Amino acid sequence: MMFQNVSELVQKAEEDGISLSEVMIRQEVDETGKPREEIFAEMGRNLDIMEKSVEDGLEGVESKSGLTGGDAVLIQKYMAEQESLSGNMLLDVVSKAVATNEVNAAMGTICATPTAGSAGCVPGVLFGLKPRLNPTREQMVRFLFTSGAFGQVVANNASISGAAGGCQAEVGSAAGMASAAAVEMAGGTPQQSAEAMAITLKNMLGLVCDPVAGLVEVPCVKRNAMGSSQAIVSADLALAGVTSRIPTDEVIGAMFRIGESMSPALKETAEGGLAATPTGRELAKKVFGPAMGSE
Amino acid sequence: MKFRSVFDVIGPVMIGPSSSHTAGAARIGKMARELFGRKPDWAKIHLYGSFAKTYQGHGTDVALIGGILGFDTYDERIRDARALAKDENVDIEIIEEDGSSEHPNTARIELGDQESTFELVGISIGGGKAEITELNGFELRLSGSSPAILVMHNDRFGAIASVTNVLAEYKINIGHMEVSRREAGEEAMMVIETDEKIPNDVMDQLDDCDHILQVVTISE
Repeated sequence: MMFQNVSELVQKAEEDGISLSEVMIRQEVDETGKPREEIFAEMGRNLDIMEKSVEDGLEGVESKSGLTGGDAVLIQKYMAEQESLSGNMLLDVVSKAVATNEVNAAMGTICATPTAGSAGCVPGVLFGLKPRLNPTREQMVRFLFTSGAFGQVVANNASISGAAGGCQAEVGSAAGMASAAAVEMAGGTPQQSAEAMAITLKNMLGLVCDPVAGLVEVPCVKRNAMGSSQAIVSADLALAGVTSRIPTDEVIGAMFRIGESMSPALKETAEGGLAATPTGRELAKKVFGPAMGSE
Repeated sequence: MKFRSVFDVIGPVMIGPSSSHTAGAARIGKMARELFGRKPDWAKIHLYGSFAKTYQGHGTDVALIGGILGFDTYDERIRDARALAKDENVDIEIIEEDGSSEHPNTARIELGDQESTFELVGISIGGGKAEITELNGFELRLSGSSPAILVMHNDRFGAIASVTNVLAEYKINIGHMEVSRREAGEEAMMVIETDEKIPNDVMDQLDDCDHILQVVTISE
């Protein structure tokens, strides 16, 4: 039986005395009938793609529209030259999330986690934590299975599409997935992973999808920066023993209902929010010509 | 449960920038290519809704063309698909449609060569997933997430049974099946989604069944 929600996912892990990633791996074997090694290898290939996107972004890329690119390089340079306010580990996470989304905007190769527009959070957190936690390759692959377990619950009970649920469904979900996986990789319990997911998603509720010119660039790249940083802070809160007063599944339910009641102008149509600001419209005109910038 | 595999959420590996406008578009193009069964001489691509408005910024056009050339969502050749189509002598026409469509991300693809023409409507439903909603004028729903067979046949008794009998003989389980026809006694179509890939000898045997006009397969 597939786990239907976060509480069943955590319960399975606790009852069998296994990790959340292990619950996900066993379910994938059951669902697809594929051998465990094959599933592990497939996720390993996704991991390699993610690492490559981060590396490409840190070298510097620019999108066709010219709206995004180069910020990951700026952040790394800043970290090398002076002591940052938020700490270099956190900024490293952020720069790697930004790197991935800049590569995506430049039509580079990425792994959608869960979507292309929110593809930075999971690899940003994973590769940003790598120097700090020194995970084995197996632990890194498991990080992706844990992320996937939470993402699957959100996708089936709410949405992972900006057009359906706003940015809370994309970057909100991605950040929540990353925080839950960060907890497992840092040695936390399954329940602590669930708490981290809840805390992250609670703070992403209501986030609208308002891309300038309809492109996955502004504000998507920076939303991934903030999503990945929230993921780290929430993971730390959960590891410290802080819990969410609202259970994770209820937070996911709230996210779904907020998405339902969100105006269509704020769900990936480029008709509201930042897309509808004077500068947003001006940029759209520059990219596509006058037709796009009008009402 | 729409999302059954972890790789629906962690994946696909794709060329950016949009899972719905780029990866989903590439998948629609590739399904069209597989169903047509060969390289076409020409392709007319009609774009609707958000596809029509934002295709340039999202590379929806090159993703669709890349799919028609047989490229996967992660194939870097997608970026140069227009030039590659020219090299391969495939004439491409992109048509921005004003009319509304049921789904915001809709493409209608016509493919053809000297032998035949083919038409398909595809929608991109998010996260890189795509569905075919119309094929040669028949309405259907094909996700491309499981292997599938499309059978064009004459609308006669026993045609459906003969196809399902062959599948049963080879122990191939049907996950989802739809049948439709234009008018009683005329051309009809079956869409069969299966749990496992269809081996070539099964395809040949299906092709030999009575009243069957054409059988094509589509892999995951």
